[in-house]
Amino acid sequence: MPLAPAITDIEQLKDHPAIAALLSWNKDAVRGVRWDRDELSIWVAREFIREACVLLRDRGVVNFLSDLTCADYYPRDPRFELAYQLLSHKRKEFVRLKVSLTGEDAVVESMTSVWPAANFFEREIFDLFGVRFLGHPNLRRIMLPESWEGHPLRKDYPVEGYR
Amino acid sequence: MAHLSPTPILDAAEDRTMILNMGPQHPSTHGVLRLLLEIDGEQVVRMVPDIGFLHTGIEKTCEAKFYQQVVPLTDRIDYLCPMVNNLCYVLAVEKLLGMEIPPRAQWIRVMLAELQRISSHLVWLGTHALDMGAMSVFLYCFREREELLKIYEMVSGQRMMTSYFRIGGLALDPPLGFFEAVKRFLTTFPEKIDEYESLLTGNFIWIDRLKGVAHLSAEDAIAMGVTGPSLRASGVDWDLRRDIPYSGYQNFKFKVPVSQDGDVWARYLCRIQELRQSREIAKQALEGLPEGPTKADAPKVVLPDREKMKTEMEALIYHFKIVTEGFTVPAGEVYQAIESPRGEMGYYAVSDGTGKPMRVHMRSPSYANLQALSKMCEGRLIADVVAAIGSIDIVLGEIDR
Repeated sequence: MPLAPAITDIEQLKDHPAIAALLSWNKDAVRGVRWDRDELSIWVAREFIREACVLLRDRGVVNFLSDLTCADYYPRDPRFELAYQLLSHKRKEFVRLKVSLTGEDAVVESMTSVWPAANFFEREIFDLFGVRFLGHPNLRRIMLPESWEGHPLRKDYPVEGYR
Repeated sequence: MAHLSPTPILDAAEDRTMILNMGPQHPSTHGVLRLLLEIDGEQVVRMVPDIGFLHTGIEKTCEAKFYQQVVPLTDRIDYLCPMVNNLCYVLAVEKLLGMEIPPRAQWIRVMLAELQRISSHLVWLGTHALDMGAMSVFLYCFREREELLKIYEMVSGQRMMTSYFRIGGLALDPPLGFFEAVKRFLTTFPEKIDEYESLLTGNFIWIDRLKGVAHLSAEDAIAMGVTGPSLRASGVDWDLRRDIPYSGYQNFKFKVPVSQDGDVWARYLCRIQELRQSREIAKQALEGLPEGPTKADAPKVVLPDREKMKTEMEALIYHFKIVTEGFTVPAGEVYQAIESPRGEMGYYAVSDGTGKPMRVHMRSPSYANLQALSKMCEGRLIADVVAAIGSIDIVLGEIDR
């Protein structure tokens, strides 16, 4: 079964409840959409991500933060992409919100005030990618010792030789 | 791993309270979990979990491996149910590839995943009872688990680190005698569950230790990202196998046990009923097992049969190419979530179009469930901490990865 081409045209997808809710709230917040392999990704501007999640939660579009992680697209800039996997128990569907971050300014608002579940996920991203979360109650390393230097899941982290 | 940290994780807030260190080498923390308890007499005022002692950088290692070579790594994440992790990973890559899996392979995957759920729950039940002081249950549970480990050994040659699932299907069709062994196990298993229940469910000491302990409300559970039996015990009727079916689960009929109480007792009852439901699903998979191939028809991804390699030139070429340089996966990203014995196991895989994954992230259920532990224990007695840890059924391998 060959893969269907991805849909990136916002006009074709604007009926989806998550996109409709975000567009009716703030058109500038939505930077792009992608429907690929039966999964929806919405790129949200960094300054609006927390409010976008609050909005989606309060309107009942999603209610559960399943996962929060990051990927490093080095040497492309913006290099980091955060992926928030949001789940709706009612509609039985996942929605992925994405935020792009540059290497120099890898800071984003913490989601812990919306879903406390984000606490450990954000600490892990801080530990392994060096992305900082504003307003996080306890932003410290979680996997590695506090004395560790560098962030191992970054693509420019040396994987052989002496550090 | 805060023992090296310049600032302490937790300081006693008042003179009345003191800090008690529990773990990482503590038998009831199920691995190397360290808990810092601020206690006032026997009461826990605050609890801070400290993790990372088992961190091996599996996610980083994945980025240096071909797609198929990641499967053995996924075994090591949750070592109590390796096949469930294999399943989640192969489903994610198959989604990236847009691949169709033959029904026979899907059915066998479901059957094995449910057997893994049973063996994982048996370890949970045995160790949980052991923590609570009921020693003999452990021996009963491991008796049945031994049977299951023999079944896994039949299909994969390994008792624990099975790596039996392949991207595109199964490694091999199960050997002769496998289905009879599964059938034998499934026929005798219900009376074994009755046996565990006769040891525990009506036991006054057991009820006293579990009822009303470590309560978690549905709102808290959702806010904290709790999934699996712990979520269902808090009254949220959510099971990925039924609600977002994968690997052909829509073809099976089963009940999702839910309880409204939200305490350790409710979690115990939910898991015991899940044992019965898993046996139901495995039985349906065994009885309705379709005939046909166990590998997808994708010569560039799936290794050819040994026989074909001796007779067909193309098969030999594909085999050489897959083994030496892997196969390429179209660029994109997927998040595949499945219901592991502990909750929502999710694999977030990003491909950049090459033969190696650009990023593999495991959303492990224990990692999120652990965050709710503080909520469950604060304001309660130290002795209940052990009950609470047992009730969320954590595996440190998948927390630290």
